[in-house]
Amino acid sequence: MFSIVKKELLGPNVYLMDIVAPRVAAKAMPGQFLIVRADEAGERIPLTVCDYDREKGLVTIVFQTVGADTNRMAKLEVGDHFADVVGPLGNPSDLVDLPIEELKKKKILFIAGGVGTAPVYNQLKWLWENGVGVDCIQGARTKDLLILEDEMKAVTDNLYFATDDGSYGIHGNVCVALQQLWDEGKRYDHCVVIGPMIMMKFACQLTEKLGIPTVVSMNTIMVDGTGMCGACRLLVGGEVKFACVDGPEFDGWKVDFDQAMLRSRLYKTEEGRLLLKQQEGDTHEGGCGNCK
Amino acid sequence: MAIDMMKKVPVREQAPEVRARNFEEVCLGYNKEEAEAEASRCLNCKNPFCVQGCPVSINIPGFIQKVKESDVAGAYEVISESSALPAVCGRVCPQEKQCEAKCVRGIKGEAVSIGKLERYVADTAKEMGIKPAAPAVKNGKKVAVIGAGPAGLTCAGDLARLGYDVTIFEALHKAGGVLVYGIPEFRLPKERVVAKEIENVKTLGVKIETDVVIGRSVTIDELMEKEGFSAVFIGSGAGLPKFMHIPGEQALGVFSANEYLTRSNLMGAFDEESRTPIMRAKKAVIVGGGNVAMDAARTALRLGAETHVVYRRSEEELPARVEEVHHAKEEGIIFDLLTNPVRITQDENGWVNGIDCIRMELGEPDASGRRRPVEVPGSEFHIECDCVIMSLGTSPNPLIAHTTPNLEINKHGGIIVTEGTEMTTKEGVFAGGDAVTGAATVILAMGAGKAAAKGIDEYLSR
Repeated sequence: MFSIVKKELLGPNVYLMDIVAPRVAAKAMPGQFLIVRADEAGERIPLTVCDYDREKGLVTIVFQTVGADTNRMAKLEVGDHFADVVGPLGNPSDLVDLPIEELKKKKILFIAGGVGTAPVYNQLKWLWENGVGVDCIQGARTKDLLILEDEMKAVTDNLYFATDDGSYGIHGNVCVALQQLWDEGKRYDHCVVIGPMIMMKFACQLTEKLGIPTVVSMNTIMVDGTGMCGACRLLVGGEVKFACVDGPEFDGWKVDFDQAMLRSRLYKTEEGRLLLKQQEGDTHEGGCGNCK
Repeated sequence: MAIDMMKKVPVREQAPEVRARNFEEVCLGYNKEEAEAEASRCLNCKNPFCVQGCPVSINIPGFIQKVKESDVAGAYEVISESSALPAVCGRVCPQEKQCEAKCVRGIKGEAVSIGKLERYVADTAKEMGIKPAAPAVKNGKKVAVIGAGPAGLTCAGDLARLGYDVTIFEALHKAGGVLVYGIPEFRLPKERVVAKEIENVKTLGVKIETDVVIGRSVTIDELMEKEGFSAVFIGSGAGLPKFMHIPGEQALGVFSANEYLTRSNLMGAFDEESRTPIMRAKKAVIVGGGNVAMDAARTALRLGAETHVVYRRSEEELPARVEEVHHAKEEGIIFDLLTNPVRITQDENGWVNGIDCIRMELGEPDASGRRRPVEVPGSEFHIECDCVIMSLGTSPNPLIAHTTPNLEINKHGGIIVTEGTEMTTKEGVFAGGDAVTGAATVILAMGAGKAAAKGIDEYLSR
């Protein structure tokens, strides 16, 4: 179970893997996520679903190595297996519940940032296969960090790139790109933004100004991911919501991003220490303040 | 050994000052001599009230007589007729409210220590390598059990003994439910006790598939229509943690007891080597007075915190087991009773730095029969702390109800069942435990699992 059949390096520290997980593959829908554990001592890591193949029983995940556990995951090779893959979790995107004819009438814009491109791809592919073409802005700090370019092109009417350093596409972040498209006369009536929280925050401020209703996908801290621990709680329109059972997608105009960003830093110190310990191995002396 | 027939044979425990700094089991249990001495206090009543007090109706005098005769295997057999998890129940049941509350010995002196004897039998049987016998005849009928917690394991065990082909689907990566994610190691050892009890259930032929979230990975209708299950038992347990909805509850350092305990127990974060982080607080305030609050408080204490329990009623109303409260006090946990939080205060970085509370007094009895706590005007005060753990109970997880047509729930979100058969409003689907009642105890969940197994057997034998 949960063996890896494909592994690809998409960019610096960004990996794609196809994993055998028939129950997840059979039911996954765009917008949902899953939880993996690399090994028996592993953390439960929530990841959005990038793609699935129901017939072959495969799910595709994309992850960036940011901590001790994702570093371990990156060391797994084809033929190795994850200890656990559980899902799909959370609610499918609201878009998949709408009648196709209605979707076709909408002018939909997706904004993807960094590894947030993976879950956006899943939604774009589903829409494309159902005959719905949409536009997408894909943003990253620099060209090397833009992932899945060919795949994204294949499932969009128009794909625009935005890089902070101007190394590819529009020079600037996704907000600069959106403003530019708007100024050129492009109009949208629905927007989906998935990426780092800070990007989603500013993208939502702009779409609110432009009057484009916007949905975001919240990647909060989670433990079980099934509605038990309450670690993923966030404020949406002043109400406490749980990302795992009420989300992960929410009305982007209503999400309290500052609060969510604050909460996502909860374990940064512990995680940093653990990563340092893993990187330094036998030479580790406990981190700052413990030098000999 | 010389014993006072009016009193329980004392059970050996780790000294409070030692155990407050480790996660080893607090209670060490009886040895053979102590167990047999305690067993000799049982009057072997003709009409045993203790059995009526037991949610799974264990033949209590029956097994205690076997202990008296040094026949542990025989005693284990008697208990196994009624309970699949004796090593667990002997440790976590609120005996003082159940079997021991009804013990005739208790009228003039102390009740027989039934829980400790049950634990002795289960532990000793395990050491002796005694396992429950797998059923000789299978009837070929498939039953799905949702959730590998106390309700599910009991239901599955009973059905397997009757010859059913049972598969348990568990959402987490490990079987055991609240026994692994909720109850701490120092009260219920995971490898030595819980894992072994689960092995015993597997010995009966029960299959356990982890990492399956019913309602998401597969629905109940699909289990019945596509995977060939003739009946389903829902023992999915408690759900979303409740919060107080007071200002500051989103601050860093505020946790639900579920999160705090899941990190420590399921993910092993109490161990410094674990890759799962947990907050090691300097001063922790636990809000609530149930068993979960005691577990969270004693975990925080062991992780190095000065620990306070804030509870709005008085000691008499604490819903936790008497033994847990007693142990917690011995270990140095401070109880701020008749106290209710008003707001959580935070520093400029968003971290908790205290909690404002108000004193309460007890007024007239409310719907639950307990005296209603009312605020004492002008009695607000501040407790400095860097961690707040909310232990206010849970509300049922809506997932299964939302994804199963014709499954009705009550206004609290609990699944509606017919008493006696434990069948839900959906034909062939049964339910029990916290998913039905809301947060309750391990043994009540086991009782419900047992009743549902009987209901399922009757339904499938029609």
